[in-house]
This record gives sequence, structure tokens and C-alpha cells, in this order.
Amino acid sequence: MILSLVLVTAAAAGATEPASTGFTLNASCPPGFEKTEAGVCELRTLYQFYDSLEGRGLGGTRTALPPHRDGFTPQQIDLGRYLFFDPVLSGDGTLSCASCHDPTRGLSDGRARSVGIHGTDAGRAAPTLWNVAFLKRFFWDARADSLEAQAGGPLYSPREMGNTPKQLLSSLNGNKVYRRLFTEAFPAATGRVTETQVFTALAAFETSLVSLNSRYDRYVHGYDAALSDREIEGLNVFRSFVARCSECHTPPLFTNEQIAVIGMPEPVGQPFDVGAEATLNSPKLKGGFKVPTLRNITRTAPYSHSGAFTDLRGAVDFYNKGRGNAVPQGMHLYLHWHISDPDLTETEVDRIVDFLGALTDETFMPQRPARVPSGLALDK
Amino acid sequence: MKKKIFLGLLGVTLVFVAGAFYGRISKQDVVISSSTAGASYSGGYQGADKSAGLIRSVAGPAPTNIVVVKDGESILAAVKAAPKGTIIRVMPGTYHETVYIDKDDIRIIGVIEHGRRPVLDGEKKLNDAILYSGNNFVAENLEIRNYKGNGIMGQAGNNFEIRNNVIVDSGVYGIFPQLGQNGIVEHNVVSKIADAAIYIGMSDNILVAHNDVFDSVAGIEIENSRHAIVEHNYVHNNSGGLLAFVTPGLPIKDTVDVIFRNNFVVGNNHENFGAPGSTVAGIPAGTGILVMAADDVVIEGNVISDNKVSGIIITDHAHASNISADPESDPNSDRVKILDNVMLNNGYDTITEAKALLLSEGKVGAKNLDIARVGPSPGSCIINRHQYTAVGVDDFAECEFTNTATTVNYLLPPVPPREIKPGERGKVVFLGICSGCHIYNGRMIGPPVQAIQALYLDNPQGLADYIAKPVKKREDYPEMPPQDYLDPETRLAVAQYMLQVTN
Repeated sequence: MILSLVLVTAAAAGATEPASTGFTLNASCPPGFEKTEAGVCELRTLYQFYDSLEGRGLGGTRTALPPHRDGFTPQQIDLGRYLFFDPVLSGDGTLSCASCHDPTRGLSDGRARSVGIHGTDAGRAAPTLWNVAFLKRFFWDARADSLEAQAGGPLYSPREMGNTPKQLLSSLNGNKVYRRLFTEAFPAATGRVTETQVFTALAAFETSLVSLNSRYDRYVHGYDAALSDREIEGLNVFRSFVARCSECHTPPLFTNEQIAVIGMPEPVGQPFDVGAEATLNSPKLKGGFKVPTLRNITRTAPYSHSGAFTDLRGAVDFYNKGRGNAVPQGMHLYLHWHISDPDLTETEVDRIVDFLGALTDETFMPQRPARVPSGLALDK
Repeated sequence: MKKKIFLGLLGVTLVFVAGAFYGRISKQDVVISSSTAGASYSGGYQGADKSAGLIRSVAGPAPTNIVVVKDGESILAAVKAAPKGTIIRVMPGTYHETVYIDKDDIRIIGVIEHGRRPVLDGEKKLNDAILYSGNNFVAENLEIRNYKGNGIMGQAGNNFEIRNNVIVDSGVYGIFPQLGQNGIVEHNVVSKIADAAIYIGMSDNILVAHNDVFDSVAGIEIENSRHAIVEHNYVHNNSGGLLAFVTPGLPIKDTVDVIFRNNFVVGNNHENFGAPGSTVAGIPAGTGILVMAADDVVIEGNVISDNKVSGIIITDHAHASNISADPESDPNSDRVKILDNVMLNNGYDTITEAKALLLSEGKVGAKNLDIARVGPSPGSCIINRHQYTAVGVDDFAECEFTNTATTVNYLLPPVPPREIKPGERGKVVFLGICSGCHIYNGRMIGPPVQAIQALYLDNPQGLADYIAKPVKKREDYPEMPPQDYLDPETRLAVAQYMLQVTN
């Protein structure tokens, strides 16, 4: 019995990776998801046993998560995974989504600002994709309101992937493997691969990138010893009204998804970025950016929208240097009222950094395919 | 930074308001209503069970487990050791600590002996005295002094009761429940607070009653919250007394359905010592009641006296020059309802811009100002308007009601905790945690569920014990990390789930 199971295991091992003869789509849901009778994947997490005010998914420890996207089929999610890692999505076949959202780099790229096609400076840092299923706004300046609406941004930006809708669809439709996989993932559709299908598959994959099993989460669910004394101390500074971190980096996602003007500096030589002022056409939001999640934050240095801080302590210390400490001379910003002069001790700053380390969880790290249907070389 | 909010903008307003009001100063027929007769307010929160009558408690039945903390011991140590469902009695003495409560049904009850309370003293070194995120939290009979952050701060705890506490000079807020539902803040004495003495932030179904708040920048602030009644409070010598605000940039976007009634709002003329950049730093010192962008605020039965700028100010975001913008928030104070209030000697030393507004409405020589409204306030109403010296309320309608007598409160009966069946919990724990390493019939980091089923068949307890303390069993797999952070019932539930799944 056991022997035969081991054999089953060995055979099944091939199922998660394409066999050498071809590409197949995984019929099972990714970790964390239950396949319903309708054949779609729904997220399951202990947070579903909690409530939140107005259903907004913001609050303290045992607070429900915000509403999220799920309900994609396993095939759509797996097709999205191939697309995500396939450089065929870029204009010159050198960059995939994973180039800037690398699972081994916190689904970011470890750079101050991303590097796009032909080595172009993309202007802003690549945000992590962990837990994007719960977000309602995308990009640092919140200019997209869904994952699908976001997808075209980097794909078609001449500073990022440099592709065009026409080239994207012609390369996918010109690929026999992709045509078959799209038919599998979208069985109701007939005809050619469409941009909507591409965006849907990418969104499906991105919603599977869930990180909710950190030591902090274990603490929340009732295991007090999950956090060290230093981390608890840090948690209490983090949520105290002196530091006020949790006022915007609000649990359980550690973002309240609002636009905040905090007056972070640009790296030397980098022009001032007006952020959401441009997208929301609101001068009072000059220099405003979407509050980023802090989950897996230790994995995504350097920090800020343009990478002004090389390490986490520097980023935390910025807030302790006082309100407006980096606002360019002669510029008036409507700084967020929570940007204050907390005057934390050096030890308290250290403890916050300790606590942030407890927000790391990569157990549901997506698997990089060994090969992609385009046959192009995978980005390193 | 400390420039008053309304300076400047009232000036700006004047330019167009002056034209609008000139010429219709004179005749309005006097309509006299009796607030002891007439219809009662029928708007407001309707979710409460009216048959429940007056709700005095929202935290549920008192726990029977009691521990006592004496002077020289640690309240926090008692909280950490306590199972959920514990009353922690704190004896008089001095306690230098931050007490955090991340579990449900904890009550910290001070014992007052001959007037001596347990004192939490932050010595201006500690941040917050009490931080709670658990539900059904109660804090009573404490004295809190010299903290830098808050006296008592809640983060998402529901069904809270904060009463009979004395809080002095304890940082930014005295009492600050945030993102919670269903709470009572009553009989507290709060003073010398650098922002609001009592601050209800992003919370629903709230009663703030019988508190004495003074010597603070703001007395009682209802911000981005819904269904709040603020009544029978004594609010004096703050820079601003009662506030109903929408602050931009918060994830909850509105303040709706607030009743300010039967409060004493007296002499709120304290110099504004709000921190630069804080919203309240813009309040003109001398403001009794301030409504900014909040909707459906009823002001009734208050004694509002000796506030030097104005008894009531109603404004919007556009007129508050230190306020940011939020495209998702309605910037106006809609449907303000001003019923009978006793207004005495307000606005006797008002700001220049308010004087200009008075002039613009032809109220030449007015020595007082009871109500000032700038910015749009659609759907608002007032009764017995002739008794007040007011600017900007001429276009308010006559209210169709004269009192709020039928609105008892907006509290909810205590909600029993949700029951989670073990099977459901087992499934969610497996999918939410274990599935990162185990799938039904394939190789991941750990062996497939099928193989585990073959080993443990009818022995879920054996599996539950194994996952708490795993040992290396398979050469070709890494050793499993212990899952001892799951409690024994959860481990058994997940083992039972794993042993019966079929795909």
C-alpha cells in the first residue's frame, strides 16, 4: 500500500511541472485555496472567522481581512503563472512580470527603481505582489482599480515591458501551446486569444499570492509565544499613538490602502515625484502615495516609492526624524496629520524593526516553471 | 502651522457670501415651536432592538474568573496569565506599565479604597497606558497619568465599556476607541489632553455620556464614525468642546448620525496647544460645537455658553485651510439639525472673519455669535431660529421635529461569539496553513495527504500529536517544522479533516 503510494507520488510529481513533451495546466487549486463544486478556487484563512467594522478589513489583531478576489479556475491560475514568467510578454522578449516581481525577492526586484526594457529606469520601485487579492487600488499612485486594469500599465509602458497590444496578441496567437492552454483555461471562449483573457489569467495567478502565515499571524490566532518579547515590545510601539504606524499600516494587511502624503525624500539626483496629485488631479495630494503593505517587508529592500532607503531601519527612522524633515525647500505639502514628531528612542526604533521581521511568510511561494511555452529563456 | 483653520477661509468666503446675503436680512416670520410638544426625530440608527429598552451594558455577562493585582505587582503580567473571560481587580497603588490586551473578555477593574485609585503612571516615558484589541473589554475605576500616546486606546475591539476613569495629561488622546463597534464611554474625568480628551475614531454604535472633559484641545470628538450619541457631558475650558468631523484620508469615509444632546458646553476658550499639523490645531480657541463634513448631526438641549468665538460652527473641508483632500469623502456637512439649545454669551470675542460675516448679513453691532455656518450644508434645518445670533442659517428649513425623545440609544445588545464547528476549523487550518506543503496526491515540500492517510487511517490523535512534535521520517523529504502553535483541539480538528479528504 505504502509502496504504491510512493509510486503515485513520484508520478504525480510530474503533474506540477510540465513534462518534457508538453505543457499542461494544473487542475488543482494552489495552496490556501479550496476547489469548490463549481470547480473554482476559493481562499480559506483563519481570518475568515473574524469580523471587521463595516466589513472593511481594518482594525487590530483578530480582525477580518478586506473583501478579496478569488473564484478563478485552477487552469486560469496556472495559465497566469506561465504568462507571468514568460518574457514573451515584453516587447523584445527579455522581460517577464517576474523580472520585477521575483518570488525570490519578495515579489519585487531588490532595486531602488525597476529597470525596464533596454535598461530604462522605470521611475518607481516595484511594489510587492503579496496579498494583492485584497487590494482595491494599484500602482503607487493608485491609478488602477483592478488587477486587470493594472496589467496593461507595465506591459505597454515604454519604460517597462515595452510591448503593444498588437504584438502581445500576435505572439500568443502565433504560439500553438498558448492557443491550447488558453482554450483549456477559457473553455467557453471561441477563437483567438484576447487581451481580456490574458489579463484575467494574470489576475487569477496574482490572487493566489497569499501571505498570511507569519509569526505575527500565529500570535493573532492565539499562540502568544509566536512573538519574542522584543517583537511584542515592537508591536506595542508600532500600534502606540506615539509612533502611529498602525494608523496607516493597519492590520491585518498592514495597509489601509489610502493615499498619504508623508514627505519621503527622493534619492539623490531623482526629481520630486508628485505621485497621486497627477492621477487624482488634486493639488492637496501632491507627493501622495498609496500606503504599502508591510507583510514580507524584510524581503523587499530598498524602500519607498523610489528606493530612498537602503534598509528597513532607515525607513523607520525617517518617521522619527520629525514632520517634514525631507520636504524640498520652498515646497508646501499637505503632510498627513499622523506624520508627527514621535521622538522615539533608538531602542524603540530597533524594536519596530524587530517586529516588522515577524511579518514574513513565504510558505505559498509560487513555483517558477522550468520552461515557458514561448521557449524563451527565463529571466534570471 | 497653528494658524486657525477658519482664518483666511472665512475671509475668502466673505467675498461671495456677502453678495448672497445682503438684501435678505430683514424679514423672516417668527416660527415658534415647543420642544416638549411636537414630533420626535425619527431618523437615525434603526438597527437597535427597541424592545430591549435602555442598554446599560454591551460587554456581555461578567466573567466569574477573578484575579487580584496588588500594588507592586504587574497588571500586564496578570493579563498575560489570564484566560479569556477574566476580571482583573487592580488594588490602589502605582503601576508604571503599558498594558496590552489581545484576547477577548478581559475586564480591568480598579478597586477604589477611600478615594484611592490604582494609578497607571507613564512618567512621560511610556507611550500608552492601555492598548486593547480584544472584544468585550472593560476598563473601570483607573487613574491614568503622564503617558505620551493615549490613556486608553482600542484597536478594533467590539463591545467595549470604558467608565469611571480619571485620565490626566496622558498624551494625544485620553480615551480613543478606534475601528470598534458597540461601545460605552461614560463617567470618565479627562483633562489636559493634547488632542481630544475623548476621541471616537472610525467606530459605530457608540454612547459617550456623563463625562467631565476639560483643559484639552478638543473635548469630545466623533470622527469618521456612525450612530453615536453624546449626551449629559460637561465639556469646559477646552479649545473646542464637541466635534463631529470627517477627517480626509481615513479608510472609513463618513461621519453620519450623531446626536449631541443635553451637554454643558461651557467656556471652551483654552489656548489651542494642538501639535503642529494635527487637525485640531486648526480649531479656533473658543468654539463650543464644531461640525465639519459630518452628516445628520442633531444638536439638542445643550447649554452652550461663554465660548468666545461661536457656540456652534458648521463648516466643510474647503473652508478648512489645514485640511487635506479626499476624493472619496463628501466634504460638506449635510442635514445638520439644530433644535432648542440654551445659548448664552457666545462669540463675545470672535475672530475677524466671523465679524465680517455678521456684517455681511446686516447684523451690525452684534455682540454675540451663537451659530456660524460657512460652506454648503444641504438639507439642514433648525427650530426657533429667532433666539440665536446666527450667520449662514437663513436658508435652513424649519425642522419637522422638535426633539429626539424617542431615540433612546444606538447601542446593540452584546453579540454572542460566533461558533466555529471543529470540522470547519480543521478544513480552514489545513487549507490556510498545511496546504503550503501538502497536497492530496502530489509531491510538494511534504508528502501527499494520501500517504499520510495510509499511515494514520483511524488515528487522528496520533497525527495531531505528530504535527506538534514532528520527527524526521522520510529520507527524501525535509523534516516538518512543529505546528505546536496550534492548540490541541485545532490540531485534532485538522488531523481529522486530513484523514477524510478525498481529493
